[in-house]
Amino acid sequence: MKLTLKIWRQKNAQDKGRMVTYPIDGIDGDMSFLEMLDVLNNDLISRGEEPVVFDHDCREGICGSCSLQINGEPHGPDRMITTCQLHMRKFNDGDTIVIEPFRAKAFPVIKDLMVDRSAFDRIQQAGGFISVNTSGNTIDANAIPIPKPDADNAFNAAACIGCGACVAACKNASAMLFTSAKVSQFALLPQGRVEATQRVLNMVEQMDKEGFGNCTNTGACEIECPKGISLENIARLNRELLSAQFKG
Amino acid sequence: MSLDSKIPQGPIAEKWTKHKTSIDLVNPANKRNLDVIVVGTGLAGGSAAASLAELGYNVKTFCYQDSPRRAHSIAAQGGINAAKNYQGDGDSTYRLFYDTIKGGDYRSRESNVHRLAEVSGNIIDQCVAQGVPFAREYGGLLDNRSFGGVLVSRTFYAKGQTGQQLLLGAYSAMNRQINRGKIKPYNRHEMLDLVIIDGKARGIIARNLVTGELERHSAHAVVIASGGYGNVFFLSTNAMGSNVTAAWKIHKKGAYFANPCYTQIHPTCIPVSGDHQSKLTLMSESLRNDGRIWVPAKLEDAQAIREGRLKPTQIKEEDRDYFLERRYPSFGNLVPRDVASRAAKERCDAGYGVNKTGEAVYLDFGSAIMRYGKEQAVIRHLYDASEDKIRELGEAVVEAKYGNLFQMYEKIVDQNPYKTPMMIYPAVHYTMGGVWVDYNLMTTIPGCYAAGEANFSDHGANRLGASALMQGLADGYFVLPYTIGDYLSDDILTGKISTEAPEFEAAEKQVQATIDKLLSSKGEKPVDYFHKRLGKIMWNKCGMSRNEKELKEAIAEIKALREEFWSEVRVPGSANELNQELEKAMRVADFLELGELFAKDALHRNESCGGHFREEYQTPEGEALRDDKNFMYVAAWEYKGEPADAVLHKEPLEYENIQVKTRSYK
Repeated sequence: MKLTLKIWRQKNAQDKGRMVTYPIDGIDGDMSFLEMLDVLNNDLISRGEEPVVFDHDCREGICGSCSLQINGEPHGPDRMITTCQLHMRKFNDGDTIVIEPFRAKAFPVIKDLMVDRSAFDRIQQAGGFISVNTSGNTIDANAIPIPKPDADNAFNAAACIGCGACVAACKNASAMLFTSAKVSQFALLPQGRVEATQRVLNMVEQMDKEGFGNCTNTGACEIECPKGISLENIARLNRELLSAQFKG
Repeated sequence: MSLDSKIPQGPIAEKWTKHKTSIDLVNPANKRNLDVIVVGTGLAGGSAAASLAELGYNVKTFCYQDSPRRAHSIAAQGGINAAKNYQGDGDSTYRLFYDTIKGGDYRSRESNVHRLAEVSGNIIDQCVAQGVPFAREYGGLLDNRSFGGVLVSRTFYAKGQTGQQLLLGAYSAMNRQINRGKIKPYNRHEMLDLVIIDGKARGIIARNLVTGELERHSAHAVVIASGGYGNVFFLSTNAMGSNVTAAWKIHKKGAYFANPCYTQIHPTCIPVSGDHQSKLTLMSESLRNDGRIWVPAKLEDAQAIREGRLKPTQIKEEDRDYFLERRYPSFGNLVPRDVASRAAKERCDAGYGVNKTGEAVYLDFGSAIMRYGKEQAVIRHLYDASEDKIRELGEAVVEAKYGNLFQMYEKIVDQNPYKTPMMIYPAVHYTMGGVWVDYNLMTTIPGCYAAGEANFSDHGANRLGASALMQGLADGYFVLPYTIGDYLSDDILTGKISTEAPEFEAAEKQVQATIDKLLSSKGEKPVDYFHKRLGKIMWNKCGMSRNEKELKEAIAEIKALREEFWSEVRVPGSANELNQELEKAMRVADFLELGELFAKDALHRNESCGGHFREEYQTPEGEALRDDKNFMYVAAWEYKGEPADAVLHKEPLEYENIQVKTRSYK
């Protein structure tokens, strides 16, 4: 396959950045999108140019590092996958592909296609945990039976990989899907109920502080989420928040 | 220096309890004045950091990823073992201990493995208390499944994302401490050297990967939990950034490196598709609960499949060779990983492979789908269900169990594994070898600890499935918090360690010199070029089977490649900025040294054991032939400059509680 890549290049956080066009040839349908970028980068290095910087690590769709906006969509045209799981067979010979970093005020660009998503860490630090010491002196794991549907729903919420596609997909750059997934995981489990009130207040407060936008329920986040995190979680977060605010 | 493993006296079942209760403690007021550095934030590092911070120590964590949550433990799929005996199928601490020692082919340390089995149950309790959403049954209790090399169901899981859920649990425990100010996370930082003052580990030199700045960090103890070195093979199931650098740097500063040749080649990975491939993807071992592994029984069928003239579904039952069930009737498809991998390679080498390159076997869910379908039909009282209906019901059960794995397979290979068998082939997955540690998980450098995959201690020559997560969390949650306290109790009057010490100065200079050397190299080839070549040497000559001649060749070739690397590599950009090529170059430079020691270790071990298979040492049936008389020891290598000059130290292994036998899964 022969392709034309239009890639965002930005030297550092201060640089203004610009799109640069790179023609590329010899791309095989079995390559992953990131392997295609590896080919480009090794070409650039051999020519004495600087390679394109992008975040990536596990390359099997679970670490949440990769984060590209491909032809306007986070993680590209396919559904329920991350960029590293996107394969070139989804594109056609002669295509032009536009590759940008995730765009959001709360995700400043570090270099080229790499953004700073530490805002997500700070939201989790504000309350994304159950306050139990790691002493090993807790009660037996089977002491509290948990209904299977609750456990399954908690798992489905916990499957979030923290990639930020929800924010990148949202016209408001809202982090509600991400925050609600974590709030939901704990809200659905009896162990998490104890601190539920304070947790939701703290996490939402931090989310607002980070500069994410508001949620207007367009649902773009759910469509682009590589792990299929459901909008139900946002509804649950709103319920949790409302009841927490009343409890004061 | 002689090796002292510091195993406590007494009966095996009492060693840990007695040791724990008799070691020195540090009072809470003094803990506030003690600093600990943890390198790596996977299951071992994350859990250690959280636990140490809870106790009151000041902890700094370091990871190269942008968040601790992205450490590669996140990718572990199948599950975590614990001797809970919730299924009432005869499990016990002793049985988990026994299975792990046997699975490791009698090359691990009894006392460490017993401790691991003892604390395994606590891990599950702990994780549930933290809100880890393990799979449950309809009654609300925890579900279990079975993994290779055992005859009980003791594996706890969260779909095919157990590692993710456990890591998020450890990360949440870390977050609680970050929120309290007890952990300072240094993300996008890479440790590039250890600082030793007066013979003790007192800090590290780290590079801020965003600014390129070198930083000095001091502490009273340093924990290395930086994972394994499978990426020395270039292609592995490890993350792209997984590296040996932290472990290798402490090795060069005096920590012995143990059993580097013990590598786990995992049997069920998606086969290589071409030269562009950057990594390999694992299909969880849990799939072997329901998938049956086979190749065509006739050579001509295998050839027809490779040429695309025949489909696997067209091959009749009697023309299939379920080779694991044939060779190992009692464990069948659930033999340990090393055994399953070698058996697949044997069939492919004999010409029965089923993909274009002849390096793949089938993992078939056809019979499981029909079995589950019939079960469901009975449950739903559909006694005259058609075959299609039964298949549909069965596919739904398989989807509920392994849906995310099937989806992953389909995205990569572009084939539907519900309709046609998966193709799989062994790939490098885990390294049992690692930094030598004593019973307290301390390396041969006082104050420097190694935990998780980075150390060598618990898996011997082969790791059983669902044991890595168990070991990482056992080390971090339940072992290090005690043993580090014992060591630090002597340090309560030391006070803050100054980063102005000449030792910090010297270490930083050395790191700077390496960076300058790489950036000023006048070569023309990218780092990947050398990494791929190293990987080829490792896979072809130090891979699933090894022999004297090829290992000697590998040693010479790696040495030559290392020299070529330093003169021919091109690293663009500068030191004072984000520079991914520079990061890669420094990691590959270390792999090029480790690879040679790996081959040297494999060459010296004149026996076959676990994942280390030497062609010269096998039974007439092709099973591994151990030499307990001469090789029942841990090979711990001391750094002396070039890898070729490394000095061997032996820690003899004594089995007082388990009778050493030939491992058999027949």
